[in-house]
Amino acid sequence: MSYIAKPKVSHPGMPRNKLGLTSRDYEGTVSTLCAGCGHDSITAAIIQAVFELGVEPHMLAKMSGIGCSSKTPAYFVSQAHGFNSVHGRMPSVTTGASAANRDLLYIGVSGDGDSLSIGIGQFVHAIRRNVNMCYVIENNGVYGLTKGQFSASADIGSKPKKGEANNQEPIDPVSTALSLGATYIARSFSGDKEQLIPLLKGALMHRGFALVDIVSPCVTFNDHEGSTKSYAHTRQFYHHVIDMDYVPPAEEIKAAYAKGDAMPIEMHDGSTIVFRKVDQDYDLTSRASAFKYLRERFHAGEISTGLLYLDESRAEMHELMGNIDTPLSQLPFEGLNPGNAELKKLQKGYR
Amino acid sequence: MANVNDVVIKIATVNGTGSASANGLLMKSIFRMGVPVVGKNYFPSNIQGLPTWYEIRVTGAGYQSRSNRVDVMVAMNAQTYTRDMADVSPGGWLIYDSTWPRSQTLNREDISVIGIPFSRLCNESFEGARARILMKNVAYVGAVAALLDIDLKVVTALLEETFAAKAHLVESNVQAIRLGYDFARENVTCPLPMHIEAMDATSNCVIMDGNTAAGLGCMYAGATVGAWYPITPSTSLMDAFRKFCSRYRVDPKTGKNTYCVIQAEDELAAIGMVLGAAWNGARSFTPTSGPGISLMSEFIGYAYYAEIPTVIFDVQRTGPSTGMPTRTQQCDILSCAYASHGDTKHVLLFPANPAECFYMAPIAFDMAERLQTPVMVLSDLDIGMNDWMIPELQWDDSYVPDRGKVLTAQQLEEMDRFYRYLDVDGDGIPYRSLPGVHPKGAYFTRGSGHTKLGAYTEDSAAYQDVVDRLLVKWETARAILPKADIRYSKLNKAGIITIGSGDGACIEALDRLTKQNIRLNYCRIKSFPFGNDVSEFIKQHDVVYVVEQNRDAQLRTLLVNDIEADQTKLVPLLHYNGMPINSGFVVDKVLTEIAKGRAA
Repeated sequence: MSYIAKPKVSHPGMPRNKLGLTSRDYEGTVSTLCAGCGHDSITAAIIQAVFELGVEPHMLAKMSGIGCSSKTPAYFVSQAHGFNSVHGRMPSVTTGASAANRDLLYIGVSGDGDSLSIGIGQFVHAIRRNVNMCYVIENNGVYGLTKGQFSASADIGSKPKKGEANNQEPIDPVSTALSLGATYIARSFSGDKEQLIPLLKGALMHRGFALVDIVSPCVTFNDHEGSTKSYAHTRQFYHHVIDMDYVPPAEEIKAAYAKGDAMPIEMHDGSTIVFRKVDQDYDLTSRASAFKYLRERFHAGEISTGLLYLDESRAEMHELMGNIDTPLSQLPFEGLNPGNAELKKLQKGYR
Repeated sequence: MANVNDVVIKIATVNGTGSASANGLLMKSIFRMGVPVVGKNYFPSNIQGLPTWYEIRVTGAGYQSRSNRVDVMVAMNAQTYTRDMADVSPGGWLIYDSTWPRSQTLNREDISVIGIPFSRLCNESFEGARARILMKNVAYVGAVAALLDIDLKVVTALLEETFAAKAHLVESNVQAIRLGYDFARENVTCPLPMHIEAMDATSNCVIMDGNTAAGLGCMYAGATVGAWYPITPSTSLMDAFRKFCSRYRVDPKTGKNTYCVIQAEDELAAIGMVLGAAWNGARSFTPTSGPGISLMSEFIGYAYYAEIPTVIFDVQRTGPSTGMPTRTQQCDILSCAYASHGDTKHVLLFPANPAECFYMAPIAFDMAERLQTPVMVLSDLDIGMNDWMIPELQWDDSYVPDRGKVLTAQQLEEMDRFYRYLDVDGDGIPYRSLPGVHPKGAYFTRGSGHTKLGAYTEDSAAYQDVVDRLLVKWETARAILPKADIRYSKLNKAGIITIGSGDGACIEALDRLTKQNIRLNYCRIKSFPFGNDVSEFIKQHDVVYVVEQNRDAQLRTLLVNDIEADQTKLVPLLHYNGMPINSGFVVDKVLTEIAKGRAA
């Protein structure tokens, strides 16, 4: 685990971001997950995303629950605080953390067991409150640390290594989030870094609750024939619906436009998401049509990926509550306490 | 029997009929005549239609607890009439609505019965069913005012203040008061021998419930984040915090809030939010009751081990399970002291009345941040939801919050390396860094095994090192927590120990026992872990009566467990029927023990 020191070697020619940092500066301790675990690819994508965004490392807060996925915040951005909480409760901790300090950038890393079984209550309520965070689900359909039981995201007919195939309806985080009104919803695959990095960048910069559901095969317990969350199965049924790119504020939008049907959506901070429909029938701004499309493709056995829904207009938690812009944790005590004279005055109502 | 300013009035009504405001009016009128009062509300877990009682103890002597007498019963609820009549103490009075005939079988020779046709009087004077029901309740205030000689000018002034914005309500309420008042004066010899005379014993006092006081205390302590899930009897604590914040915590420049109250989806989320906010440097808290503590336990253990300041108000109600949500007990002492799996123990504070709910709020935040651990304030329904007469609250404007060992950006910058769980000062309390302050402050907060440097571990010695250091911190807590309230004379061989809302009953019991020449010393504990003062108190006595409001002698168990108190000396006196404890119970139990041969 994290007692294994990781050598800090960086090549002088490595690219540097706007803060002058290299991607090495965003690394964490050495992963202790199984060799070939999808989660490690996601960790690499997160590192790349925050590096490219030029996030100040200590302004990131890494939140997680319990499970293989929830260990991963130790493996990226060592210079950021991490909160490895209890099973299924990362959303509430993040909600409270955000309430106290709205200036930090919150990334929550969870798994399908952590978010869709034990923690589904907190998952849905964080969406409902529109907590300003990037919520990553590393979705492999099984419990790894307890050795391969199905989770609530296991597909009907998916076979475990031992025992009976799953016959219960899976809980799909994307359609769940869509029905609850999440404002940024994406799905990707740990094996598709090119698609994943911009999705994560958009999710981190989005104001409000951003879900990135990532199929992330468990090489030890769910990568065999008959599993619907294996590398082979995902590669075969994986389908780009919408590709997107994240363009930071003040940077010129170029590359994507050339192909004809690329469209920009401006985000609250002046950055832009440029998206390109692979499937022309898809409308990522309509909840109803997105829902219909995704359910149909789901029943056809297809894994629809990309930025699947975006609403930049809805207020996030602090705006909904009318909270002051300064982080509450930084308000000086003097302004929080009305003093003894006022206490005397208010007690007149208690006589 | 001409008892002046020593009367217990009990009013039986149906809940949801506006009787709460009528009862409040009656109690405050007596209070404004300068006479000390104790108010107790016995209400059902229901919105409308079930029996409810309000008890006003008029106590010129200024006692704090309920009495076990009923001198004047106002029986407005036909459903409970039989029982209410049985409740009247010998020599007392029963007032009933004589609009309808009473059954002849319901008579007692040892009490006086006064019939007043409240319904008929109100039906003749008011229109509409709702108004008639509401005014019937106001009318009994008038009747009681006449019978006990409560100043009608005081009552009217209160009504005028209450309905300042609605003049027509003042008029109708005054009219209803007069209906009861005049009828009583015309038909009964007023005042009764047992009555009220003006005093000057309440001028520096207010009437407040503990939840209001605690909410106010949290606001004054600088709490900025409150997360909660509604649960009786703690709900009104967050209501109060929110109300005070909406008045004092809106930034004048921007009109935006300098506080954040989140109604969580359940208690698991509420405590998670408190931890997240506290980890991020905000003073945050949650109010709850026993079932909430059960749900929060996993996170409470996390906060203990990961060392996150956490403030919880547990307004205890009668358990186990759902129990009796609108009845009081001190039944969460053990579940709070040892909440969560593994070796955990937590700092507890025990307020005895609403004033202490206010004063202990900043202490709870200071202790939580100083000690970096959960602090639970154990109030109860009696303190939290009943109106108590307390000395006017004072705030010390020189107060500076103790934020504990939190490193600044500059301190972090100057450090070679920061290690989160290192005991630098030898008091068991490590230094903390907050997210977003400095990259050198970063660490990974975890509930899994960690070394003193903050790294993950499964190494036996490294694990043990940290849990042993937490015991050093426990001893630091013992030394700095609020001391017990001790009244000691070396002439006395026996003593009483109690906590929280047992205080009023015990103090009064001590007075009553003294009158019988039985003198006991007294120790009212304010915090856990117990200080040396408590250990010493027990050592100094042959017998210590431990008065508490639960079945299993939880405080006694904790005394034996925490300070190895000699359990043969500790005699449990247990009151656990859900009603607030009264002095008669304590006196009777002590006398019974003495009769059995115990030392006094």
